[in-house]
Amino acid sequence: MVKREAYSKLMEEINAGKFVYTGELEPEKIGDMEEVIEGAKKLVGHVVAANVTDIPQSFAYMNSLGPSYMIQEKAGLEAVCQMTCRDRNRLAMFADLLAAGALGIVNILSLTGDHPSLGDQPEAKPVFDLDSASLTALIRRITDEGVDLNGHEIHNPPKFHVGVAINPGALPLEPEILKLERKEAIGAEFAQTQVVFEIEKAKAFMKEIKHVKVPTLVGIFPLKSYKIADWMEKFVPGVKIPESMMTKLKELKGIEDKPTRKAKIAEYNVEYYGEFLRELRKTTNAAGCHIMAVKWEELIPRIIEASGS
Amino acid sequence: MIIPKQMPVEKILKTIEGFENLLIIGCDGCSGIYMVGGEKQAEMLAKLIQMHRQLKKEPGEVRYTTVLRQCDRQLVATTLRPQMENVDAMISLACGVGPQTLIDVFPEMKVFTAVDTYGMGGKDRELGHFFEYCSGCGDCLLNETGGICPMTRCPKALINGPCGGMLEGKCEVGDYKNDCAWFLIYERLQKLGRLDLFRKYREPRDWRVAQSPRKLEI
Repeated sequence: MVKREAYSKLMEEINAGKFVYTGELEPEKIGDMEEVIEGAKKLVGHVVAANVTDIPQSFAYMNSLGPSYMIQEKAGLEAVCQMTCRDRNRLAMFADLLAAGALGIVNILSLTGDHPSLGDQPEAKPVFDLDSASLTALIRRITDEGVDLNGHEIHNPPKFHVGVAINPGALPLEPEILKLERKEAIGAEFAQTQVVFEIEKAKAFMKEIKHVKVPTLVGIFPLKSYKIADWMEKFVPGVKIPESMMTKLKELKGIEDKPTRKAKIAEYNVEYYGEFLRELRKTTNAAGCHIMAVKWEELIPRIIEASGS
Repeated sequence: MIIPKQMPVEKILKTIEGFENLLIIGCDGCSGIYMVGGEKQAEMLAKLIQMHRQLKKEPGEVRYTTVLRQCDRQLVATTLRPQMENVDAMISLACGVGPQTLIDVFPEMKVFTAVDTYGMGGKDRELGHFFEYCSGCGDCLLNETGGICPMTRCPKALINGPCGGMLEGKCEVGDYKNDCAWFLIYERLQKLGRLDLFRKYREPRDWRVAQSPRKLEI
């Protein structure tokens, strides 16, 4: 893989071989950014950067560009601005990339995006003029050559780092790996995985992609309740939650006192993922961990601490 | 062939309100072959409208006919010209091309369609299903994708698929009931020993070739 200069803290730490942590923030159907900024403030010092989602699951939420800028400005937390290809053609994506660059956003996660039919505006027209691969290629051209897709020069071109997503739960796995190889050849600089609950699965997956030289952060998702776990297992493709975890969450669900229940569930997640992380660091070449604890930011330092780092 | 589907009768009746003498025009091309809008279906629709009018005691004559191919201006002209006396409106049972050809040939005439057009595809007679297989994008990828069209059979029309919405070969759109086109492509290319074509990065398409309205000189 070509060694590139680092323009962000995230990339600097990845290049230095440090095991990095990223968090996740989700602007929702809301007209202000207070909650996202507050969430970001809680992450400062514990993660190197946080993803800001871009209309996740095709629900009509706030975009990622505005909050990505605001968390950098107001919370001092570096953003990984997610960009999906569902809603914008190549003109609009390029325009947003220029604006992102001008606003100091450096890390972009290039995603194809869910189909509109999955969200709360299923009537919407899907765009997908670009896809995660061609958006990655566009970002490379901007950064490496300072030009747009047709080779037209950009004045003061921005510098980006581009990441991609990969799903260890994909069935079958081979096409997913071929896709990662495709994105490696285009110049993806890092990858974040879909959520993995089983450490054995994470280990097996990291082994499968060992030949791909794209630093990969394994995604984890602390579970706030049995209900969420049950929903994820039923409705999120490729997600398999270990039996023991389901049993434990079901058991904790029975605690009547709410604060006690919440504390116990948090404790369980800290213990479970502390062990998960320890094992991940010890036995795989994962570049880090992407912790999707949306609106549960305070859990992240506890998990990291429990992992013994 | 082109996949047609007749509109609900209530919708057709609402559309033709106020027009007394009607000529219903089937098409013996795709629509007729698929038994959606051939002569037989034109006759049935004519009878339905007549019955409705008898019940409502509404006046007017409803005739029916058929054209070998409603997409052919010359065929439309020669077939229909002798039948145009005492017609207030025409109702086409062809795909969306039919009514527009009728207007080209008879610009003074009121023309309605009784069909929704679903694109180009094939049929499984035993299953009684139509499958959309081609969107006429004008820049065919089939030679690279093992003969399976991602522009049509992937809901996102991805050229660098599959996306993360594929699970066990099925597509997230439609609740994992439909095949993921890119999974089918993967399977085909694997059999053909051409996974290099799967791994290959495809540049964003040049949409100018699909810029409507397209015109070909033949």
